[in-house]
Amino acid sequence: MGRFTVQRVGFILLFAATAAVILPILLVVSAIVVRGFGAIGWEFLAAMPREGMKAGGILPAIVGTLLLVGGTAVVAIPVGVGGAIYLSEYARDTVLTRAIRLAIVNLAGIPSIVYGLFGLGLFVLFLGFGTSILAGSLTLSIMTLPVIISTAEEALRAVPTEYRTVSASLGGTRWQGIRHVVLPQALPGIITGVILGLLRAAGETAPILFTVAAFYLPRLPRSAFDQTMALPYHLYVISTQVPGMPLEIQYGTALVLLALVLSLNGVATVIRSFFRTRREW
Amino acid sequence: MVGDMVSMQVPKIQVKDLSYSYGGKAALSDITLDVPPRATTVLFGPAGGGKTTLLRLINRLNDLVDNTQMSGHLFLDGLDIYAAGVDVCQLRRRIGMVFALPLPLPGTVRENVLYGPMLAGIRDRTRLEPILERSLSQAALWDEVKDRLDGPASRLSGGQQQRLCIARSLALEPEILLLDEPTSGLDPISTAKVEASLNKLKQEFTIVIVPHSIQQGARIADYAAFFLMGELIECGTRAEVFTSPRDRRTEDYVTGRFG
Repeated sequence: MGRFTVQRVGFILLFAATAAVILPILLVVSAIVVRGFGAIGWEFLAAMPREGMKAGGILPAIVGTLLLVGGTAVVAIPVGVGGAIYLSEYARDTVLTRAIRLAIVNLAGIPSIVYGLFGLGLFVLFLGFGTSILAGSLTLSIMTLPVIISTAEEALRAVPTEYRTVSASLGGTRWQGIRHVVLPQALPGIITGVILGLLRAAGETAPILFTVAAFYLPRLPRSAFDQTMALPYHLYVISTQVPGMPLEIQYGTALVLLALVLSLNGVATVIRSFFRTRREW
Repeated sequence: MVGDMVSMQVPKIQVKDLSYSYGGKAALSDITLDVPPRATTVLFGPAGGGKTTLLRLINRLNDLVDNTQMSGHLFLDGLDIYAAGVDVCQLRRRIGMVFALPLPLPGTVRENVLYGPMLAGIRDRTRLEPILERSLSQAALWDEVKDRLDGPASRLSGGQQQRLCIARSLALEPEILLLDEPTSGLDPISTAKVEASLNKLKQEFTIVIVPHSIQQGARIADYAAFFLMGELIECGTRAEVFTSPRDRRTEDYVTGRFG
């Protein structure tokens, strides 16, 4: 084949590979939207379930997911961002630092069901929190930590060293340099990482399976020690355990979860691109 | 001979038998040098001579670098700056530093110049505004930016940015100014403006500068020191070093036989 033909063929193959990635996403989203849209309505989103889930709304599941995401954020953000700042700005290359980094990498690879069992053992049983929002949030936080620490650390390292040097040469302590120059510059990347970590927490079923999720609760949770419903678990149960569940409600629930996750993703993308245009290096 | 340049004045900075290496590789060997106050001392020589390293040792900026070895002493006004218990931040406020590339901090012109004072705890606007104007005037930049103090510093031209960096380092009213090839990225007009402002500053500050070229060094120096491969070959007044150097190697470098 001539050189130009080879280039053409290569281009077409690469383009096909890219299209092959987009296609499944389009199919999934459109299938869910088409079949679930009919169920969406004010009652569906804002009312409590009735008749064994077959009618009424999924408000408690939505609220529960939001509570769990909030609880995860409260724990994972300070610990994760703080850890990232330490690793990027203070830690020297010692055995301890390398052990910490190894631990973070391994944490990222643990299957989510294992997190669920870990959460059951530690938070629910050993510490006696019982199946609760507290136990669920803590479990989800640990699962989210590697993502937040990695992206936050990368965002911090991306800030040019020169800024730190200049700050030091003007009499700034290390923390002053971080607080006034490095951290504000790294913030967009950190926020993006946090949001992506949280949206993973929003969508996971296995970690909440044994630690917090309830199938049916007559009222919304009132304290951190209450159980709660949550969208991913709710979707799993109504799709597999309840006979005669209208298909539309299943797809509707899936649509709500999808919308939640995709909109968080969208917010992250907007933040990222907005700050990219304003970046000064 | 070496370091014996000044007869009457107490040297502002004294380097005594200083040796420094990065991870085993020697950057400076047995440097002994006196920097006289209120004058411009030029450190010149081919690349790799250790001049930048010496500058960074004076304001202890190399504390930020790992895996280094140091022996010898550095005195500022007679006090050992590497002694235990020295407040490094306080030390760095007495010494201003300008780097080879213009490095504005993200933010406005005002934020850049006032960054040092802000870190030192000065928040009062009535104190900050005069500092802003004085520093920018000393750096010969005030007229050009006085209408855009709250505009982004990154929008200034290269020469303006470098003068902004000079203004920034002057805001803390340091006694010493260290400049590492401050005009290397600049066009001749900007270079001339920077050199003019340095000449004005010379009367108040002790300036240690690594020049961009030998010619620049000869233009602005009161005293000069020639570095080669980490060693101090010779030092003295401008006339001594540039016009009648004692060492063969100095003469070869100054006349351009090698570089």
